[in-house]
Amino acid sequence: MTRKRRRIYFLLAAMIAGGGATGLILAAFQDNVTYFYGPSDLRTQTKTVGIRLIRLGGLVSPGSVRHDASGAIQFTVGDGKAEIPVHYRGILPDLFREGQGIIAEGRITADGVFTATTILAKHDETYMPPEVADALKRAGTWRGELQDKSQNKSIGPKQ
Amino acid sequence: MITEIGHFALILAFIVAVAQSGLGFVGAAKHHNGAMASSATAAVVQFILLLGAFFVLMRAYIVSDFSVINVFANSHTAKPLLYKIAGVWGNHEGSMLLWVVILALFGAAVAVFGKSLPSTLKSRVIALHGALGGLFLIFILIASNPFLRQIPVPENGQDLNPLLQDPGLAFHPPLLYLGYVGLSTTFAFALAALIDGRVDAAWARWVRPWTLAAWVCLTAGIALGSWWAYYELGWGGFWFWDPVENASLMPWLATTALLHSAIVAEKRDALKGWTVLLALLAFSFSLLGTFLVRSGVLTSVHAFATDPTRGIFILAILLIVIGGAFSFYAVRAPSLRGGGLFAPISREGALVLNNLLISVLAVTILVGTLYPLFIDALSTAKISVGPPYFLSVTLPLAVPLIILMGLGPLLPWKRADLAGVAGRLKFAGLVTIAVALGLGLFMRLPLLPILGFVFATWLASAVVTDLVQRSHRPGNGLGATLLKAMALPRAAWGMALAHGGLAICLAGIAGAGLQTEILTRLTPGQEFLLDGRRLVFEGVASVPGPNYTAQRGQFRWIDSAGKTKGLLTPEKRQYPVAKTATTEAAIRSDVLGDTYVVLGEPDSAGTWSIRAYRNPLAPWIWGGALIMAAGGLLSLSDRRWRIGAPHKVSAPATVKIG
Repeated sequence: MTRKRRRIYFLLAAMIAGGGATGLILAAFQDNVTYFYGPSDLRTQTKTVGIRLIRLGGLVSPGSVRHDASGAIQFTVGDGKAEIPVHYRGILPDLFREGQGIIAEGRITADGVFTATTILAKHDETYMPPEVADALKRAGTWRGELQDKSQNKSIGPKQ
Repeated sequence: MITEIGHFALILAFIVAVAQSGLGFVGAAKHHNGAMASSATAAVVQFILLLGAFFVLMRAYIVSDFSVINVFANSHTAKPLLYKIAGVWGNHEGSMLLWVVILALFGAAVAVFGKSLPSTLKSRVIALHGALGGLFLIFILIASNPFLRQIPVPENGQDLNPLLQDPGLAFHPPLLYLGYVGLSTTFAFALAALIDGRVDAAWARWVRPWTLAAWVCLTAGIALGSWWAYYELGWGGFWFWDPVENASLMPWLATTALLHSAIVAEKRDALKGWTVLLALLAFSFSLLGTFLVRSGVLTSVHAFATDPTRGIFILAILLIVIGGAFSFYAVRAPSLRGGGLFAPISREGALVLNNLLISVLAVTILVGTLYPLFIDALSTAKISVGPPYFLSVTLPLAVPLIILMGLGPLLPWKRADLAGVAGRLKFAGLVTIAVALGLGLFMRLPLLPILGFVFATWLASAVVTDLVQRSHRPGNGLGATLLKAMALPRAAWGMALAHGGLAICLAGIAGAGLQTEILTRLTPGQEFLLDGRRLVFEGVASVPGPNYTAQRGQFRWIDSAGKTKGLLTPEKRQYPVAKTATTEAAIRSDVLGDTYVVLGEPDSAGTWSIRAYRNPLAPWIWGGALIMAAGGLLSLSDRRWRIGAPHKVSAPATVKIG
């Protein structure tokens, strides 16, 4: 076993591992990447989204949250321009409330209702998920200053 | 006044760190003993100064000095003492201070305990610690100073994020930081060896205990974090592939690979360039982790709300340190030459394969973690990469890795006879097949949990086989074999525990795949069945806490004989000052699993939504991780680390480069 042969073996193994991993990563990205949409994006692109698992982010519309007897929850998520009705079964995060920025993961159905499997709300009531802030900016309903400031909860003079 | 002393100590520590770095490098280059000794003293002084600053901040928290902005923003008079103390590192500024304290601790540890190291190597390691400390201290002083004051002094503070007010999380950051920052020593050793132009068996031997210590802390820290997420977030899961979790997993993987390749570098004088690369990589991953957590570029449960200037600052440090280290490596590494030759099928071969697989695993996780950032930068689309991606890439890599883990320790160095080893693993193989058939045919479990249990069995039985073969001699009885087993080096037991711990952890993870989830709505007095367990909902009461009010539900777990097996009391806590709420799951653990109940919200009619889980074998996950860490500790206590490392290495083992 010479040094040269060892290097060849090593390179072979490395190539197999590297190639295999690249293949795995590409295959996994094909199926398992979740795209994020704001309510107005989703309104216009419902057809193209199809039945993919996606994330929807926006503000929970005030007055829209309804619990029904079976434990299902309905509410709408909006960005000031469009609103998407969301159906969810499960326990809402602690900080879920009306007017709060949230992210819902799930699928959009043909009738335009978003069926969520997971609801994420940030564990800090002044925090706005960056995706939601961006969606609001795109929709042109971002009330910058106030929300911007609230994002920087950590204080201390900026240098 | 005392706060100003802390602030002053911080500035002084920066100056000392610069001196430590300068004196160390110059002293090593000119072989000036005085300069090198001063550099070592500076390392100790820097540590004492920073520890002082840290205690000053802690004092400000304990006495609730709200003139300090950091205390005001993260504490409150009504907070229990433990969380006042933990609050010190429960925020950005304080945690960065903890980071440099630990960095200085390791620098000082090398200065004090590194007596057997060659003086130039030791001096360069200390100098590099000084340089790293200096970089981070500038950052703290300029962009993240915990000692800033405010006037007027507020009446009371804004309280610590209630999620962080938890015993598990009080200790999770310090442990994780010990691991993250402990890798700085390995990193400094690698760079110093490149400067020194010498990577030899002795070098690998000095590096191993430091790596092992960092690995133990990382393992325990990650386990604690995952345990916290399990009981505090109330989602019934233990690992979410959250970017910040990945940020801690990547350095852990790199360190695990490094631990194994350093064995080859020490014992066989091979894989030297690779070992050095891994040492650089492991610390780079931990810096990247700091950046991801602290910069707020990723949406994560962990990200403290942050300020973008800090992100850019940390990114700059990241580029200087990682970029500098890797460019230096690129220049110096080609002259590193491996010594010991080996056949592909040998223990070295197995360790090489282990390293390849672990590194590829770390890279796939890195790609998944950073991909959303790239997409965000390159297009307007926002994506997230979640558990399905990570599962589908890690699983195919984990399978060969675990098969190899069973096989590797039984292979001899240099050249192995695969058939012979297979023969010795006959028993382990048979047990594994029996378990596979039993679970598949009789219990009819789903595929993924079966895979998990099968590989856990394989690993555990291979570990036992290895121990038996090391201690059993033909003709010896049980007593003699046990005696021999007890006399095995601690490092051997350490490895067995670490590998066995992983087997237990794996079984726990497989058990999580058999989770039962119940989502229901109940009025007090109603009951439900959770995987055969009868739970009666007895009602909800308001209970005051020190700085919160809780709604506490009560569930009575009744066994088949009608006797009470226990009370579960999940809570929903409202923190008025921090204006947040948390969910406290009620968890009843036994050897076979956890019963986990979460209280949801009530509707107007007084019906509560309730979520309950049965998580089979859940405690095994953290138990296994702790056993792994214990294995590392045991191995660290092996006497061969304490007896002096060889001072002179024989000529062929030493490679001059540069």
